[in-house]
Amino acid sequence: MLAPESAKRILVLGIGNILWADEAFGVRVVEEFHRRYTVPDNVMILDGGTQGLYLVSFLEEADYLIVFDAIDYGLQPGHLKLLRDDEVPRFTAAKKMSLHQTGFQEVLSAADLLGRCPRELALIGCQPMDLEDWGGPLTDPVRAQIAPAIELACELLVQWGAPARLRTTWLSASERLLANDIDHANYEMRARPI
Amino acid sequence: MGVKTPNGFKLDGAGKRVVVDPLTRIEGHLRVEVNLDSDNVIRNAVSSGTMWRGIETILRGRDPRDAWAFTERICGVCTGTHALTSVRAVENALGITIPENANSIRNIMQLCLQVHDHLVHFYHLHALDWVDVVSALKADPKATSRLAQSISSWPLSSPGYFKDLQIRLTKFFDSGQLGPFKNAYWGHPAYKLAPESNLMAVAHYLEALDFQKEIVKIHAVYGGKNPHPNWLVGGVPCAINVDGTGAVGAINMERLNLVSSIIDRSIEFVEKVYLPDVAAIGSVYKDWLHGGGLSAKSVMSYGDIPETANDYSAANLKLPRGVILDGNLNEVLPIDHGDSEQIQEFVAHSWYKYPDESSGLHPWDGVTEPNFQLGANFKGAKTDIRELDEGGKYSWIKAPRWRGNAVEVGPLARYIIGYAQGKAEFADPTDRLLKTLDLPVTALFSTLGRTAARALECQWAAHQMRYFQEKLVAHIKAGDTSTANTTKWKPESWPREAKGYGFTEAPRGALGHWIKVKDTKIDNYQCVVPTTWNGSPRDPKGNIGAFEAALIDTPMADPERPLEILRTIHSFDPCLACSTHVMSPDGQEMASVKVR
Repeated sequence: MLAPESAKRILVLGIGNILWADEAFGVRVVEEFHRRYTVPDNVMILDGGTQGLYLVSFLEEADYLIVFDAIDYGLQPGHLKLLRDDEVPRFTAAKKMSLHQTGFQEVLSAADLLGRCPRELALIGCQPMDLEDWGGPLTDPVRAQIAPAIELACELLVQWGAPARLRTTWLSASERLLANDIDHANYEMRARPI
Repeated sequence: MGVKTPNGFKLDGAGKRVVVDPLTRIEGHLRVEVNLDSDNVIRNAVSSGTMWRGIETILRGRDPRDAWAFTERICGVCTGTHALTSVRAVENALGITIPENANSIRNIMQLCLQVHDHLVHFYHLHALDWVDVVSALKADPKATSRLAQSISSWPLSSPGYFKDLQIRLTKFFDSGQLGPFKNAYWGHPAYKLAPESNLMAVAHYLEALDFQKEIVKIHAVYGGKNPHPNWLVGGVPCAINVDGTGAVGAINMERLNLVSSIIDRSIEFVEKVYLPDVAAIGSVYKDWLHGGGLSAKSVMSYGDIPETANDYSAANLKLPRGVILDGNLNEVLPIDHGDSEQIQEFVAHSWYKYPDESSGLHPWDGVTEPNFQLGANFKGAKTDIRELDEGGKYSWIKAPRWRGNAVEVGPLARYIIGYAQGKAEFADPTDRLLKTLDLPVTALFSTLGRTAARALECQWAAHQMRYFQEKLVAHIKAGDTSTANTTKWKPESWPREAKGYGFTEAPRGALGHWIKVKDTKIDNYQCVVPTTWNGSPRDPKGNIGAFEAALIDTPMADPERPLEILRTIHSFDPCLACSTHVMSPDGQEMASVKVR
């Protein structure tokens, strides 16, 4: 039996390392989404950063999941791709060198193993151009996909009966998802070579 | 032909070379190359990290009060510990003190990270170096139940429980999915556990996966949010309001009780599951005492967990502080983070440029200027290195040294120093475990010793959380609700120029941040992280680092499947730069192995 619409728990998650150029894509999308939109109470917006297994608990509390992340599908830099449910790769590897290699695919796999993976899953991914520019900004083709990625998420939220609404009042600095100078605008003010 | 290093290891690079290299297109990984003699014993080891290149370019010119938020993003596993080190560095530079409650709360946060990290490290990275999951499918659930009940009173131990798990596992394997169990060296001759022990360990792997989520809720209480808790220069950002019931973010009795209950459950899990597992695994592998490396010679711990606020002297720190050199356990040498002769980083074998590469630089004067050039004898192409030349530059990790000495850091270093200082809280549990396993104290100097020290420390940390939680509650009940000192919050109150340092013992070892402040902005910022110490390349004198030293003399059963190398490297709980690892259709293979 399906839960009533209002009881569906939806997680909108952005992941990535903001210090690694296009690796920041997922976090910057979720930050911008939160800046522009309000969501119903059953939707949670989360900046997952580079967290690994910490995220399992958020996943298992969600019935529906949207993830923004960088993807490597050999596409043109800045190409946006939507993957649904079983199309989202999940696996883990025991041969990794470090726990710091716990990628999101492994988080999904862990939630699976515990039998608590979200019922529906959408990955909104963007092919990066540069992942090696430590401290660098998002590249232009990837930055250009922030708005289209948000649109895709809004469409999904409509389908899931929990539409996002444009904010009518400006969000103050302390209410934003990222603060302390690591928000997108302030971070990038010094991220470009002077 | 062989070389004797200044720090006492005999190296011979003549035999065949094995290269273990994680294959991803993102930086942040570790590569290991070893040479084997004709008996497949490791006679030369080379560790190369492609770690992050310094955070100073990102932080220069920013507000020192925000530095923690940036350093928290360096890594998804070490988040809190970088933030803590950062606020300590800024407080040290600007002469800011913190209230007692802030010290207690920071200690609880840091200890919580130790407990979480050690537990997750053991079950989700390291255990599978000892536990053969495929073998668990052959276990007899009844015998597994008897085994589990013989070593612990942990209630999840019935034959039915293990039977159900086995059915689930079989399903995973039959579906070809394998989940976290994909891509390992199942059936490798270095696996020695009986099927029943393997099944029990897999059960605990899953239980730990489930339980670890509980532990970090402590961070959400005291840090205001998770996964990226808030920190504050001058204290902690959470207010205390014991009578309050609904105030957003404030600490009230309900939240204090939640923390308390998580601490109790953590102690129980560590004592009834983690420690018995480590002892059981240790008893089977106790003749595999390879991997000691530097631990028998030179170890270092900065110390951490101040008993009272603002005193970072060895006497006030509950985790040991000091350095042991050349195996002399009779003398623990004092550390001064501000002495430019003590902690220095060298780059003779690292991909950076110094004006004079025969000397090191203290972190306050540290520079991070990339200089990627390969030694003359490297093999392959610049973009596809088949074999590194350790005679030249070969790593993105700098080589930090203490008074010119390579040292090992981490739980084993802390326990060895605590043991040498005769501190009962470290020595007694160590002696008890050694007695159970019927091993001499020298057995500590091994991969297994590192693994055991981490488990013992996890138990210690869980009890220390309880201690500081009670201290905090007692203070609050006595009417002290202060959590932050804001007298020097405004930049106008700061000196025009200042410099300072902050240190912690991160789960994987000594972590330090050094900062220079000029005209209220960050002028220089350097982090020297635990894996820089342990994973360091050679220095100008030829001393090898802790990873390299630990691999020497280890026999390999099958060079094509380097389980022994992974075992020893994993025992350090290496920290590499974190990214979330871009999703790709076929996933990423985590390691490739080439034998030449």
